[in-house]
Amino acid sequence: MGSTLAQKVWADHTVRGGEAGGDDLLYVDLHLLHEVNTPAAFDGLRAAGRAVRRPELTVGTEDHNVPTTSPLDGFDDPAGRRQAAQLRDNCDAFGIPVHRRGDKGHGIVHVIGPEQGLVRPGMTVVCCDSHTTTLGGLGAVAFGIGTSQVEHVLATQTLWTRRPRDMAVTVTGTLPADATAKDLVMALIAVIGTGGGQGHIIEYRGPAVEALSLEGRMTLCNMSVEAGSKAGLVAPDETTFAYLRTRPGMPQGADWDAEVAYWTSLRTDPDARFDKEVALDAATVRPYVSWGTNPAQSLPLDGRVPNPADFAGATERAAAERALAYMDLKPGRRLTDIGIDTVFVGSCTNGRIEDLRAAAEVLRGRQVADGVHMLVVPGSAAVHRQAVEEGLDRVFTGAGADFRPIAGCSMCCGLNEDRLRPGQRAVSTSNRNFEGRQGKGSRTHIASPAVAAASAVTGRITAPTDL
Amino acid sequence: MDQFTVHLGTALPLRRSNVDTDQIIPARFVPYFSPTGHGNGLFGDWRDDPSFTTNLPQYQGATILVAGSEFATGSSRESAVWALQKSGFRAVIAVSFGDIFRENALMRGLLPVVLPADAVELLWELTEADPTTPVTVDLELRQVRFADRTEEFQVNEGARERLLRGADTIGDTLRHEAEISAYERRRRPLLPTTRRRAA
Repeated sequence: MGSTLAQKVWADHTVRGGEAGGDDLLYVDLHLLHEVNTPAAFDGLRAAGRAVRRPELTVGTEDHNVPTTSPLDGFDDPAGRRQAAQLRDNCDAFGIPVHRRGDKGHGIVHVIGPEQGLVRPGMTVVCCDSHTTTLGGLGAVAFGIGTSQVEHVLATQTLWTRRPRDMAVTVTGTLPADATAKDLVMALIAVIGTGGGQGHIIEYRGPAVEALSLEGRMTLCNMSVEAGSKAGLVAPDETTFAYLRTRPGMPQGADWDAEVAYWTSLRTDPDARFDKEVALDAATVRPYVSWGTNPAQSLPLDGRVPNPADFAGATERAAAERALAYMDLKPGRRLTDIGIDTVFVGSCTNGRIEDLRAAAEVLRGRQVADGVHMLVVPGSAAVHRQAVEEGLDRVFTGAGADFRPIAGCSMCCGLNEDRLRPGQRAVSTSNRNFEGRQGKGSRTHIASPAVAAASAVTGRITAPTDL
Repeated sequence: MDQFTVHLGTALPLRRSNVDTDQIIPARFVPYFSPTGHGNGLFGDWRDDPSFTTNLPQYQGATILVAGSEFATGSSRESAVWALQKSGFRAVIAVSFGDIFRENALMRGLLPVVLPADAVELLWELTEADPTTPVTVDLELRQVRFADRTEEFQVNEGARERLLRGADTIGDTLRHEAEISAYERRRRPLLPTTRRRAA
């Protein structure tokens, strides 16, 4: 029997396999760090007198806590400022490169890795962040870890972990013109649930996946963790190679050809078996928006707020009731009748250049509605430069949006000064609509950049085609 | 990590599913807490409600949290584990867990125990009726015992062995240094490094 792509990559990185109980010792090709979940890992190294084994396979960036208004201080939160300083100091002390606000390589950890050519097919990548799954869009096995595991990887460049099971999500057909990778993954999670991928690596396959851009594949893989999966993965192909070709530090000449030959071999064998398989017809995917407080509580935009009584099972019913109470929504209301006061375009899910283009396309020649604050935060300094080069900054500011000069996570997680106040309601291109995610008492509707921009124009949840 | 062998305690019933790590410790609390410092931020927003379970006097001193399905999904923040440990919890029983939380908990010595939904429901009912109900979580025998019930659970054997010892996992791994070095010698050439890109 053949192997899946995930199995091949896993086997290639297994230092010590399958001993008593099934944990493998997995070698890590690239270890990404950000400021929030790493200080205690470095404290642990110091306390034990340990070194970082491979600082040249490690890189840090300050993204979660940093203000995105200016490269200067500007922190509201002293603990946030302290963590950013700790990351710089820890990386300097242990010889790890670190990107600071204002650097040309600075940005959200999952955005800069691919941009800088550090993430390539067949690699293993870990980071102290659940959305590390993003990087599976390039055909790398990439997943989030916790602080103790960060310390372990810093010290050993390896990780004990059980090999995940294999899940195939096959997407046939073609996405409609108004549906994006974000809508596709939201539609998938609405079907399989927040635990649908648990314990599995999801390999996304089929013509609708192959037709996605690299950016779209990263959005798809990004939200794999919202289905509970360990990682998401798309097999590398010509789209991947074309993207990598333009990245810095790529092998040249015969070395490039050798890499492409290797990457081309990274495919699931025809006779490989998946533990779980899901099929989806892309043609049925509509623009989606979340109505509740977990990403599976989502519906196509033309739907209505569901009635908890219609949910099967007491737990699901209670969860829906609780979500509607928190979101202050009544069953039966049209989703497009829900008024909003804030729009956030950005994050590791939808903060890449393609996402900013999609939002700007909707805004061009239009204005953000009175009373709506639209925040656009580029995913990286490189995305910001590109946006300015294309004149997107003028589209955003001309429409009355707040286009930020510095990259960061900003309102996705509300760790910097960009927070919703209690009761405020946002359409957000981020990944999580959890209670309080964007600030205490915040109400989040996740959607694509195009839907977010259209909603900014009308002040209510809106499909771009309805403008 | 904290050693874990057999724990006898009382349980706090958290009758909810999809309790994500943003609820266990909201993001804005995270930068303020370390594994060893004081304070913990556990259920930082929910605990504002005086009727929230963790605030009820009858559950003060509980050491085992009992939750529904999809406990601690979402963010990888290990501070969710630290917050539970610093609030006195030694084990969490749930129908299912977020993968990263489960691994974080095992690294720190907070035991995550998966039990079937009917056992969790029974634990909720018993501990709601009598908060002093003794619950034993036995890692040696892989059992949870309460009232007249004995529930078996599964746990990764490597993690179990390390928990029973309270192992220094990094120290253990470094004993395989020769194998790691051998792997590094056979890694594929042309893989990227980060150093030359330092700005």
